[in-house]
Amino acid sequence: MPRLPSPLTLSDRDRPAPELRRKRRRETATAWGFISPAVLVIVGLSVLPVIWSLLLSFQADDLVTPSRWVGLDNYHALVKDPHFSQAVRNTLIYTVLYVPLSMALGLVLAVALNRRIRLVGLYRTLIFVPFVISAAAQGVLFSFILDPEFGAANSLLHKIGISPQGFLTDPAQALSLLVLISLWSGTGFCVVIYLAALQDVPESLIEAARLDGAGRWAIMRHVTLPTLTPISTFLVLWQIIQSLQVFDLVYVTTKGGPLGSTTVIVYFIWEQAFKNFTAGYGAAAAYALALVLIAFGAITRLLQSRQNRRIEGATR
Amino acid sequence: MTATHTPPETVHLPQAQRPPSEPPGRRRFKLPFSAWHLALAPLALLFALPLLWLALSSVMSNAEINRFPPALWPSGIHLDGYRYVLGNAMFPRWFLNSVIVSVVAVASNLVFGALGGYAFARMRFAGSRAMLALMLATMAIPFQLTMIPTFLVMKQLGLIDTLGALIVPSLVTPFAVFLLRQFFLSLPRELEEAAWIDGCSRLRVLYLIVLPLARPALSTVAVLTFLTTWNDLTWPLIAINHDTNYTLQLGLTTFQGRHHTQWSAVMAGNVITVLPVLIAFLFAQKSFIRSITSTGLKG
Repeated sequence: MPRLPSPLTLSDRDRPAPELRRKRRRETATAWGFISPAVLVIVGLSVLPVIWSLLLSFQADDLVTPSRWVGLDNYHALVKDPHFSQAVRNTLIYTVLYVPLSMALGLVLAVALNRRIRLVGLYRTLIFVPFVISAAAQGVLFSFILDPEFGAANSLLHKIGISPQGFLTDPAQALSLLVLISLWSGTGFCVVIYLAALQDVPESLIEAARLDGAGRWAIMRHVTLPTLTPISTFLVLWQIIQSLQVFDLVYVTTKGGPLGSTTVIVYFIWEQAFKNFTAGYGAAAAYALALVLIAFGAITRLLQSRQNRRIEGATR
Repeated sequence: MTATHTPPETVHLPQAQRPPSEPPGRRRFKLPFSAWHLALAPLALLFALPLLWLALSSVMSNAEINRFPPALWPSGIHLDGYRYVLGNAMFPRWFLNSVIVSVVAVASNLVFGALGGYAFARMRFAGSRAMLALMLATMAIPFQLTMIPTFLVMKQLGLIDTLGALIVPSLVTPFAVFLLRQFFLSLPRELEEAAWIDGCSRLRVLYLIVLPLARPALSTVAVLTFLTTWNDLTWPLIAINHDTNYTLQLGLTTFQGRHHTQWSAVMAGNVITVLPVLIAFLFAQKSFIRSITSTGLKG
């Protein structure tokens, strides 16, 4: 059986190899040099803390003295803690109110703002601007507007003959008012996302429907809304993730009160860790929330990649 | 479709003119007034009203605010609130702290984001895939999960209660690395290849050829980094104790608690806190909207 004249070709191929290898090693070194700041910060301040947090959640820790291993005690306590269940309940109420309202309002406004009419740029700007204002500034502004004594809101109500309200100091009103404030600032985000999506609705589909005699409403219902479905699913999940994490606004306006009526989960975590100095207990609550959030995040990512694939397939 | 690889370029700006669906000639005969205005104008006004009130109340005198029912329109422009806030030794300091933290965050996110993004987009090296996957995974981690251990890490580093504690975690975000990587991938390789053959180093290629082309992606990263660092409250609240190291957001909230009766001063402080972001937004509206849509759509 004839054999391949391997030695000859091998040595031929071998000659540039050391140089190539050196080149490749240099490339690897350069690349790691490029990414090392990012890796250091990101691994050091997110991967490490995720593990640390898990360990903390099994410990009793006050952030100062050495911690003590308590196993699942924190989680057991969490399940029984009425304050935690109230925080979960408040967060859920907030989410259930905020997510659908912001999206419905966002969609209606986006459809209205998608027309070529005068001043449309100004309208868009006015509706979006609250989104860039920090939750702290919003909180301070609305605590003033809703101040029972000095606020403009009661002043206006007084003018139309309605008795003064307690607003954020009234346990029955506080949470819904926080939802309203969030709607003021967060609807602009939904508008922008929907506007971007509306411009991607293929003009040809609308034209075809129009030729088939479809009216404005029929085009909306049968052409526009179905094309927006992927964006809507994305927005639902995104807004849910945002709502479950609400904190700044609560901290500035109500500090969880009155009577715990606005204590949300993240506020509860912050209070446990940095006010009561029960960091292990706070970490356990954070882990409980994070598992829910990561599940939602995974769903979002899955839907997005599927959606991207569909777009790629459609244009190919 | 390139949409999946290059968010900054293909996201259609809401402001952008849409291709006219009707012959352009007909537009001129359109009524200057549309019934939509009847619905849109009051709604837009409703969104603007709280901000208008912020501006108005910041120039009211305390007497006007403390009267019941409070005045709804200032009798004149009183700058007492601003004078009080700017004369207060702390407020300018908080402003400066916020500027320092935000500027460092923007600059370092651009530098480290571009370096990391370029390496991930163009260089082949051991561990590249694993590192990229790890970075992507960290984008799904909620801040609440990491805030307690991050506090402990910063404490170990001796940075708690210094601006360093605010700067270090915001030096570079996986978002910046990832967004820039996606953008670099969309650039044609041929542009860089000529330079390599001429013996240009990676760093020079990045600096001279790639970065000038990446302006839209860089502005997206800059805008978003500025917005999040300037507006952050949670982390400064945890990391800072002493009021000389407060940021504006943190200062404002404590200022409100302490000067409850001086609402005009609190509102003046609020205007100063909001103004930089507002100005940035009005100047770079397109970049802002683009960054919002691209981050939104890309998670």
